[in-house]
Amino acid sequence: MQLTLWSYEGPPHIGAMRVATAMHGVHYVLHAPQGDTYADLLFTMIERRDHRPPVTYTTFQARDLGGDTAELFRAAVRDAYDRFRPAAMIVGASCTAELIQDDPGGLAAGLGLPIPVIPVELPAYQRKENWGAAETFYQLVRAATAREAPPARAAQPFCVNILGPTALGFRHRDDVRDIAALLARLGIAVNVIAPLGASFADLARLPAAHANLVLYPETAGTAAAYLARRFGQKTISTVPIGLGATRDFVAEIADLAQVPPPPDLAEACRLGWYSRSVDSTYLTGKRVFIFGDATHAIALARVATAEIGFSLVGLGTYSREFAAPVRAAAQSHGIEALITDDYLAVEAAIAAAQPELVLGTQMERHIAKRLGIPCAVISAPAHVQDFPARHAPFAGFEGANVLFDTLIHPLMMGLEEHLLGMFRDDFEFNDTAAPSHLGPHATTPPEPATVATAASAPVWRDDAEAELRKIPFFVRGKARRNTELFARERGLNPITIETIYDAKAHFSA
Amino acid sequence: MSACATSPAALRPVLAERGQREVFCGLTGIVWLHRRIQDAFFLVVGSRTCAHLLQSAAGVMIFAEPRFATAIIEERDLAGRADLDDELDRVATRLIARRPDIRLLFLVGSCPSEVIRLDLGRAAARLEERFERSPRVLAYSGSGIGTTFTEGEDACLSALVPTLAPTLAPAGREAPARLLVVGALADVVEDQFRRLFAALGIGPVDFLPARRADAMPPIGSGTRYVLAQPFLGETATALERRGAVRIAAPCPLGAEGTRLWFESIAAAFGIDPALADGVLSPPARRAAAALAAPRARLAGRRVFLFPDSQLEIPLARFLARECGMILTEVGTPFLNRRLMAPDLALLPAGAQLAEGQDVERQLDRCRAARPDLVVCGLGLANPLEAEGFATKWSIELVFSPIQGFEQAADLAALFARPLARRALLEV
Repeated sequence: MQLTLWSYEGPPHIGAMRVATAMHGVHYVLHAPQGDTYADLLFTMIERRDHRPPVTYTTFQARDLGGDTAELFRAAVRDAYDRFRPAAMIVGASCTAELIQDDPGGLAAGLGLPIPVIPVELPAYQRKENWGAAETFYQLVRAATAREAPPARAAQPFCVNILGPTALGFRHRDDVRDIAALLARLGIAVNVIAPLGASFADLARLPAAHANLVLYPETAGTAAAYLARRFGQKTISTVPIGLGATRDFVAEIADLAQVPPPPDLAEACRLGWYSRSVDSTYLTGKRVFIFGDATHAIALARVATAEIGFSLVGLGTYSREFAAPVRAAAQSHGIEALITDDYLAVEAAIAAAQPELVLGTQMERHIAKRLGIPCAVISAPAHVQDFPARHAPFAGFEGANVLFDTLIHPLMMGLEEHLLGMFRDDFEFNDTAAPSHLGPHATTPPEPATVATAASAPVWRDDAEAELRKIPFFVRGKARRNTELFARERGLNPITIETIYDAKAHFSA
Repeated sequence: MSACATSPAALRPVLAERGQREVFCGLTGIVWLHRRIQDAFFLVVGSRTCAHLLQSAAGVMIFAEPRFATAIIEERDLAGRADLDDELDRVATRLIARRPDIRLLFLVGSCPSEVIRLDLGRAAARLEERFERSPRVLAYSGSGIGTTFTEGEDACLSALVPTLAPTLAPAGREAPARLLVVGALADVVEDQFRRLFAALGIGPVDFLPARRADAMPPIGSGTRYVLAQPFLGETATALERRGAVRIAAPCPLGAEGTRLWFESIAAAFGIDPALADGVLSPPARRAAAALAAPRARLAGRRVFLFPDSQLEIPLARFLARECGMILTEVGTPFLNRRLMAPDLALLPAGAQLAEGQDVERQLDRCRAARPDLVVCGLGLANPLEAEGFATKWSIELVFSPIQGFEQAADLAALFARPLARRALLEV
C-alpha cells in the first residue's frame, strides 16, 4: 500500500483515454464502476475540449455485481457500436473491473462486430497513466499494421511519422504544429501524426515512412520500437525541446534525409541572442530545481544550464520507466537524480536544495508557492492554464522562444534586480519589493534561510546579521549558506563579521 | 406518513433509467466534508483511480496539506505478498504520526476495497484500539458501486451517528426536546440559522456534523431532527434508530423553501405562529426582493436538470416557483420519496421526473427539448455549450453556500449568470 496525498499520474486507463480521445473514429468501451466517469472532465474542463471523450463506461453498481456484469459489458459494447459507428474500438477494464475478471477482450470478440476490436490490458495495480497511453498506442498500431507488409520505401521521397502527441498532453497541440512546420522548411514530408488527429486507417499507413520521430518517449516509445522491429524504420529519439536540442534534431533528421538544412532555419529563434544580451547576465548561476516527466525534465535541464546559464541544483522525474536517462542527465551536472512519485519527497528535496527557481508540474507550483520560490510549469500534470489560448509550443525554434519567456518571467527583470541591489536601502525601492511585472499582490520570496539545517546551524551575532543584510538580497541566501557551511566545517560559533569575509574569501578562492 | 407523501404530485410518473451514469462516486464528498469537520482526516483505501478522482474533483491542491489521502492498493497487496491489514496499519500509523492534530480518522472504502471485501469496520476498531482512541477511527464507504456523489456524505454521517453520546434525561422524565440540524452546511449558513433559531426561541440546537470531532452533538429520544440536505436517507434511518424523530420539511433552498423549513421546525417545537411570522417575515421579504433581479432573467426560460446530487428536485421547485422557470426534465440519481415528499408536493405539474440515468438517451431528450439552460456535471457542460446550450455546472451547487434566506438570490444568480454571460458576449 502506498500513501498518496497527490499523484503525478492517473491510472493506466486514463492513458488509454488520452490516446482514444486524441484520435478520430476510435471508441473506448471501459468496464468500470459508477464514478469513473469523472475522467471525462479532465478533457472537457482542463483541456476545454468541446466534445466528450469517445468513451463508454459500463458504470456497474453493487447490485450488478451479484448479477451478470459480463452481459452489462456486452450491452455497452453493442450500444456504443450502434450509436457511434467507430472505425475501431478498444476495450478494457479499470481497476475495479480488473478485479471481477470479466475478460472484456473475450466478451467483445464474441459479439463479432464488423470493425477491429482491440483489447488493451492495463494492470491498474502496477502501472500508471503514461504507461497506459504507450501500451494502448502500441496495441492500436500493432492491430492496424498487423497485415501490412514492409513497404518498398527506397524509391519514395523521404518522409517521417510524428509519434507521441496525445489528448491532455502538455503543449502537444502546439509542439506538433511547430515541428511539422520545421520539417516542411526542411522539405521533409510528414506521413502520419499519431495519435493526435489520426484515424485508425492512418495508423495502417505508418510503415510507409522512413523514420519515426519520437516526440514523447513516454507515450510513443513502445510503438516506435515495434515499428523499428517490424518494418525496419529508423527512430529519431532526439527530442527537439530547446535551441541546442532542436539544432541536434535538425542535424540528425537532415542527415538521415540527406537534405541540407537552410542556413536561416533558426533565424526566428531569439533565445540565443536574448540569452547573450546584457540584461540576461543577472540570470547567471541562479539555482534551479527541475522536476517533471522524463522528456521535459531532461530537455529543460539542458535549456536551463546551457542556454540560460542557470545552475542546476535538482533534477528529477516521476516517470520511473525513464529513470536511467534522467539519472544520466543529472550525473552530467554533478548531481543525483530524484526518482520518485511521492509528492512529499519532492517537497522535501526542493526545501533542502534551496533553489531560486523551480521548474516543475502543477504540484511543484504549489510547493514553490508555499516555500515562496518563483516557479514555472514545464510538464504534466497540467491544469487549465497550461492549455493557453495562444500558440505556445515547447518544441522547435518557436518553442525555444517560449521557453526563454517561461523560465525568465517568474524572476525579477535584470535591470530591475540591478537597481534594487544599488538602492536597497531606499524607502520604497527596496528588497522587499516584489517584481514589478507580477502585480501589486506578488510578494518577494522570503530568504531561504536555514530551512533544512536549523538544528546544526551556528548562531549569528547581531553585527554579523546586520552585515549580511548589506549584501544584495539575491546573493544573500548563498552568502548565508556558504558562511554557515564554512563555520560548521571549522566549528566556528557564533558567526562574526570576520567569519562572513573569511568564508567569502574561502569560496571565491 | 405525512399528507404530502400521498398527494397526487408525489405520485407523478417517474422515468426510471438504467444505463451509463455520468455521476461522481461518494468519495467526492470528502472534498467538502474535510472542510466542514476541521480536525478530521479522510483516508481512502482504494486505487490510483480514487486518488486521481479526488485531486481532479478538488481542482488540484488548494490546501497547504490536505486532510485527505489515498492508501493505494498495489499488486503485492492483491497477490497476497503483503498482508492488507498490516499494510493499512502501517500507512495509518505513519499518517497519524505526521498529523498529531487529527482527532478523527475516517477509513473510506472504495470500489476495489469493497470488491476484495476488505473489512474497514474491523480495521477501524483495531486502529482505534492501537491509537487508544486518539484519534477516533471510523469507517464508511464512498465507493462508486455503493454510493452516488452526495451519498458519500450520507454514509459518513450515518457512520458518525452510533458514536454520538446519548442525551441525559432527568430520572423519570422525558428527555427535553433538542433540535438537530443534519447535513453539512457552510459556516455562514449555520451561523445565520443559529441566529434565527435563537430569535424563534428554539434551543438547544445542534448541527451534524459539528465543526470539530470532539463537539459532535448528543442524541436521544428528545431529539427532533431536520434535514438541511435532502440526500441523507441512511443518516435519517440511523438517527431514528437512536430515538430521534424527524421533522418533515422542504429543503431550505430559496425564500419560500427556507421559510417553510423554519415554519415546520417552529411548529414541531410549538412556537407561536405569530412569533414565527414576526421572526421569519423580514428575512423572507428581503430574500424575495433580492430575487427580483435574477428572476427577471430566469422567468419564462426552460431548464433541464441532469442527475447529480439529489438536490435536483428542491432546486427545480425553487427555479419553478420562485424564479418562474419552466421545467422540462428533472433528473435525480436516486429518488427517496419519503424524504422528498414535501418538495415533490410543491413541484409544478408537467415536469418530467427521471431517476437513474442512461446518459446518451438523456442527452438525446435534452437536445430534443431545446432548453434555455441545462444543469449538468463538468463532463457534459463544455460539450453542451459547444452544441449551443447554456449550462450551469451542478457541482457548484454542492460546494457553495446556497441554503437560507440570505443565499436565495445568490442561488438564483448561479443560474442566471450563464444566461447573462451569453447576453454579454460578442464572440
